[in-house]
Amino acid sequence: MTVTMTESAARHVQRSLSKRGKGVGLRLAVKTSGCSGFAYAIEFADDVLPDDQVFESHGTQLLVDARSMPFLDGTQLDFVREGLNEGFKFNNPNSKAECGCGESFAV
Amino acid sequence: MALLQIAEPGQSAAPHQHRLAAGIDLGTTNSLVASVLSAVPKALQGEDGSILIPSVVQYGTDDAEPLVGAAALAGQTQDALNTIASVKRLMGRNLADVLKAGAPSYELVDQPGMVAVQTVAGIKSPVEVSADILRSLKTRAEASLGGDLTGVVITVPAYFDDAQRQATKDAARLAGLHVLRLLNEPTAAAIAYGLDKGAEGVYAVYDLGGGTFDVSVLRLSRGVFEVLSTGGDSALGGDDFDRALAHWLASQQQRAWNLLSAHEQQHLLTCARAAKEALSSFDAVDVAGITVTGEVFADLTAHLISKTISATRRALKDAQLSIEDVDGVVLVGGSTRMPVARRAVASFFGKEPLTDINPDEVVALGAAMQANALVGNSANGEWLLLDVCPLSLGLETMGGLVEKIIPRNATLPVSRAQDFTTFKDGQTAMSLHVLQGEREGVKDCRSLARFELRGIPPMVAGAARIRVTFQIDADGLLSVTAREQSTGIVAHVEVKPSYGLSDQEVATMLQDSVTRAKSDMALRMLREAQVDARRLLDATEAAVHEDGTELLSPAERLHIQEAMNLVADKLETEAPVDDVKAACNALNMVTANFAARRMDASIRKALSGRVLESIT
Repeated sequence: MTVTMTESAARHVQRSLSKRGKGVGLRLAVKTSGCSGFAYAIEFADDVLPDDQVFESHGTQLLVDARSMPFLDGTQLDFVREGLNEGFKFNNPNSKAECGCGESFAV
Repeated sequence: MALLQIAEPGQSAAPHQHRLAAGIDLGTTNSLVASVLSAVPKALQGEDGSILIPSVVQYGTDDAEPLVGAAALAGQTQDALNTIASVKRLMGRNLADVLKAGAPSYELVDQPGMVAVQTVAGIKSPVEVSADILRSLKTRAEASLGGDLTGVVITVPAYFDDAQRQATKDAARLAGLHVLRLLNEPTAAAIAYGLDKGAEGVYAVYDLGGGTFDVSVLRLSRGVFEVLSTGGDSALGGDDFDRALAHWLASQQQRAWNLLSAHEQQHLLTCARAAKEALSSFDAVDVAGITVTGEVFADLTAHLISKTISATRRALKDAQLSIEDVDGVVLVGGSTRMPVARRAVASFFGKEPLTDINPDEVVALGAAMQANALVGNSANGEWLLLDVCPLSLGLETMGGLVEKIIPRNATLPVSRAQDFTTFKDGQTAMSLHVLQGEREGVKDCRSLARFELRGIPPMVAGAARIRVTFQIDADGLLSVTAREQSTGIVAHVEVKPSYGLSDQEVATMLQDSVTRAKSDMALRMLREAQVDARRLLDATEAAVHEDGTELLSPAERLHIQEAMNLVADKLETEAPVDDVKAACNALNMVTANFAARRMDASIRKALSGRVLESIT
């Protein structure tokens, strides 16, 4: 069971955390909504919750709750630029189909 | 794939979060569409800034799209025969029903089940005419919301029977709208008032529109709306006030109304209407040299007002309430601007009616709020909405009598069952005739459906037990099931009311709407291209603002600015889709180098200050 992120993602998270001034890491979650069944959520984490699994990647903590874990196992979080836009991208081996916009996925 | 951003804890947006939903008040005289924007319900404006679209459709000889709204209304005097106004009165009605209320200025054709209109563009069913109005509301909503509508809530008078409700749903389907729900107009008004103000108690809703009068008694408590009773007159409205005044104007001019040409009658009606509206703000007005005072108008329309008051009294009686039980009165419909109506309501209830929300918009606003909740945009849960069955529903029994199964004003959704038996020895089939209405005789009620239950085992008369279940869903649509208890054989009918528009016919009409699909599609492509162009402009602008000084020469910057201006120009002039796309491509080309340089720069920034070993 592992979740990782690329160096560029880690760098961006660190930068965002220090700009924000607080937070223990980044929380990744999967929510049941969206047009293909599941949707990703990326949030700052202020606390580690009891059922969280914590992964350390490039010196940054990633938190995943127990319910989201099965859907995210093996996922690599990347931070990319596309054209003039930049943001996070999930490289998730569990994902079998995505909706056209990529905001949600199915396993 | 979309790129995601970090959110604050608990604030992650669900994908496609804001589903676009709208509330539509499909009125006899005017229609409008509203939507909830940033938690506030708002009536949507057209390009000309107007909120109300006259419910008027004008058909022409060519294949051009029919005119809808103000343009059609303006042409009414010239071409009364092909201009369909007040089509709502025809919905789900037969010719005899319609003529009882007075003939309109266009030519009616008797069609099986529902009356139709003869126009130069062919015979138009009221469903098609309504669909044309709905289509123009849809276009307005999608243009101002910037996307496709997930679903709509359409309001109907509480008095509408099943045929009229089904006709309204069919019209929406024909217009390409997904109906989340039909909602009674007074209930929609109650939603607008109830939720905005958190008011609790018993309320009366007095809705005097252009062509219909509805009165309803509702109980609001902790977000739950229950309709206690409804009443009214589906053929009484502002139009009748216009007509009363127009007839009087003709008599003042010593002219007999019946001898006037259609054109002259229309002209007098238009004058009367203007005078009526002016009397809401002034004590007296001059029309064609004749002075109309508020008192004269009150005298001329006293019989109409008193009709509304007696219907109000009846509705209170149905709800088993007295005037003192009513905590407030809500006014709905443009005609409640008339001081005569306001005075009558205030004196009947002994209190000033609520008028805070624009009476023209209140129904659409309530519908928009419900549509918003139904598509799941509202954060704090659904609210329960109870409606009532407007007319009793029953079965024909021996002797041409109607046995009522679901009584009038039963709270919806509702399911009621009753046992019936065979009439003759060895009877193996039973014919069931579903009727709607308050009268006892079959011929005085409205026939909704007939079906047969076959395969009843032969028994002596009166021994078989056949349970008939009537069920009305939340939309007010009926399904009837008959079940023989010993064998379990079942027959079932969905009403699919008897106005004669089968699924096949609706399908054919849908097919016809394909001819319009091309222009719809073109409009859609243009809108998509425009949205993309706007997004590109914003992104480029932000990038130039951030890195332009550092990474661009003044000449390059000018080039980009010119390309941006071109895109902006195409957007502003509503240029065709190809031009918009070409301008965007041009902008992409001139910014390609800039984008590459930004990428390099950010990598350089990331690597600067590191020694070689730590990179490799």
